[in-house]
Amino acid sequence: MSERLTGWGRTAPTVGHVVSSTPDQVAELVGRAGPRGLIARGLGRSYGDPAQNAGGTVLAPFAGRIEAPLADGTVRVSAGTSLHELMVDLLPRGRFVPVTPGTRYVTVGGAIACDVHGKSHHVAGSFGDHVASLDLVLADGSTRTVGPDRSADLFWATVGGMGLTGVVTSAVLRTIPVETGYATVTTQRLPDLDAVMREMRESDRDFTYSVAWIDTLARGRAMGRSVLSRGEHATRDQLSGRAGAEPLVVPGAPRLAVPFPSPTNLVTSLGVRAFNEAWFRTSPAHRDGEIQSLGAFFHPLDGVANWNRVYGPHGFVQYQFVVPDGQEESLVRILERISAERLPCFLAVLKRFGPGNAAPMSFPLAGWTLAYDVPAHPDLAPLLDGLDRLVVAAGGRVYLAKDARLRPDVLAEMYPRLPEFRAVRETVDPDHVFQSDLARRLAL
Amino acid sequence: MINALGQPQTLLLLGGTSDIALAVARDYARTGSPYVVLAARPGARRDAAVAELAGLGLGVEAVDFDAEATDTHADLIEGVARVRDIDVAVVAFGVLGDEEQAWQDHDAAVHLATVNYVAPVSVGVCLAAVVKRQGHGVIVALSSVAGERVRRSNFVYGSSKAGMDGFYLGLGEALRGTGGRVLVVRPGFVHTKMTEGRDAAPLSVTAEDVAAAVTKAVAGGDDLIWVPGAMRGVMSGLRHVPRALLRRLPI
Repeated sequence: MSERLTGWGRTAPTVGHVVSSTPDQVAELVGRAGPRGLIARGLGRSYGDPAQNAGGTVLAPFAGRIEAPLADGTVRVSAGTSLHELMVDLLPRGRFVPVTPGTRYVTVGGAIACDVHGKSHHVAGSFGDHVASLDLVLADGSTRTVGPDRSADLFWATVGGMGLTGVVTSAVLRTIPVETGYATVTTQRLPDLDAVMREMRESDRDFTYSVAWIDTLARGRAMGRSVLSRGEHATRDQLSGRAGAEPLVVPGAPRLAVPFPSPTNLVTSLGVRAFNEAWFRTSPAHRDGEIQSLGAFFHPLDGVANWNRVYGPHGFVQYQFVVPDGQEESLVRILERISAERLPCFLAVLKRFGPGNAAPMSFPLAGWTLAYDVPAHPDLAPLLDGLDRLVVAAGGRVYLAKDARLRPDVLAEMYPRLPEFRAVRETVDPDHVFQSDLARRLAL
Repeated sequence: MINALGQPQTLLLLGGTSDIALAVARDYARTGSPYVVLAARPGARRDAAVAELAGLGLGVEAVDFDAEATDTHADLIEGVARVRDIDVAVVAFGVLGDEEQAWQDHDAAVHLATVNYVAPVSVGVCLAAVVKRQGHGVIVALSSVAGERVRRSNFVYGSSKAGMDGFYLGLGEALRGTGGRVLVVRPGFVHTKMTEGRDAAPLSVTAEDVAAAVTKAVAGGDDLIWVPGAMRGVMSGLRHVPRALLRRLPI
């Protein structure tokens, strides 16, 4: 069925033919893909255009399917399984996903294709680091089981490969043991960028999970003022009261929703400045040992369904980049540029990454990442192109799962291992059966 | 592809030496670097246009285009679309002609009607097939307020624009749900080489004004705009003026 698709940012809509299938039917659909090719789509949480394919075929996610965990703590799931479904299944068994991004409404296939990361990257790495193996339907219709120990080149090209090596139908993931469905959280309010970066550099390693929210509208001495939130999985004896009675609570459905797309952008400078001010002032200066549910700790925005609709008909873009360790000066300069623009941004997210992995197109590298949401507007182009130049000069890159406007020539500078990825793709898909709007836009 | 900020990667200018078409390319070049396919008659003007856009750092390619040779349009447009997606196509050609000659000289009338109506329909059909297949793409049709209420003073031109305006509005409706879009642009008096030597009407604009409105509307997903915006209200009033009164108005 022809369907108008966008990413989570609700920008650049195109129409593709959306088809539902079971994993068994994928080979046939790949064989029947027309000249505009095919791409697998998950839950549409990438911000830009990687999960849409103008004029071509878009494969809807498979039904979620989770097999009982094996003795070694791995679990086999269908690629269409969402991390939400996985958490609901795993938590009562005392297990949890090793990496979760800021939303649990992503599929396993999408998490692999984007090699997503979470608050634990500095200790746990990214999603692909926890995939033992995956089944991939290739352009010729054959299915290959690949992993870090078999067909490693193809496996690592698929991790972070934005769906362009084939269709992942299932995967075997490692899980981690947890005693409860809660986290113990330490919150600190920090007055400026120096303070938050120092704190993260000195003591992030003491926490499994760490992220800071930055008020990009604060200027001058307050530039980079932040609330740093760090935590651990709570143990059973840390819980009391209701939480103690039901320690392995699973995350629930969203409690609120934005029922329809706002006719205009509601994210305006005035409102955002007031929100950021109130949020900073009401955050505790320092609080230890607060108990939060895993849903509240990892996925606060999942509490509001379709929150992306508040940006109105033109949508929004998220600019997420990483600069390597040692390039702190560049990060400061970029934040200065962002703050000077005074664009309405609710709380940019700052996070430290640990070392990257073997995947040529994986985003994370040891350093600092910042994610910045703003309403989409043609006038943003010079700012973001300017930020790209600063990021490239610092040896950094932007995250393709968030990108919706990068230029193809800049991509090659940001991802020096792009030729390796292309070489694998040429081997397994010389005719570029796997196609997406992102692939066309960036001439991947 | 057109990206999240409304920037196209490929721009096809049909009537590529027109002032407005070139102004659209220049406007995009301010913030991006689209590849421009300049479809126009070969000659010094086209060479100059290619050189100018290349000087802005854009990739440019010229293809031979004759508006009246409608049987060549399909090959030309398909040829461009085979190599790359057509993100934005601007239908910018047209002739103004001499108003009094236009209704008394048969050849002049047929020429004007062919260039301003038949040829836009011809390329419109070809472009529609392309954007429909692509699942995305914007066709920008440069109409005119002259087509909104046809007046005695330039009724041959006005009627041809009324026809093309109606065709493209309808084409936009027909393309709904395909991913392809149509943007109809109704400028008032534009200072260009086409209108050189004529007295400017009130609310006159420049080619740059039209171009800025076009790029904004492409990014914003509009399907019909007036340039300047105030022209919308003026024309809305003018549409309802009785003929007996319209005849006496100095327009």
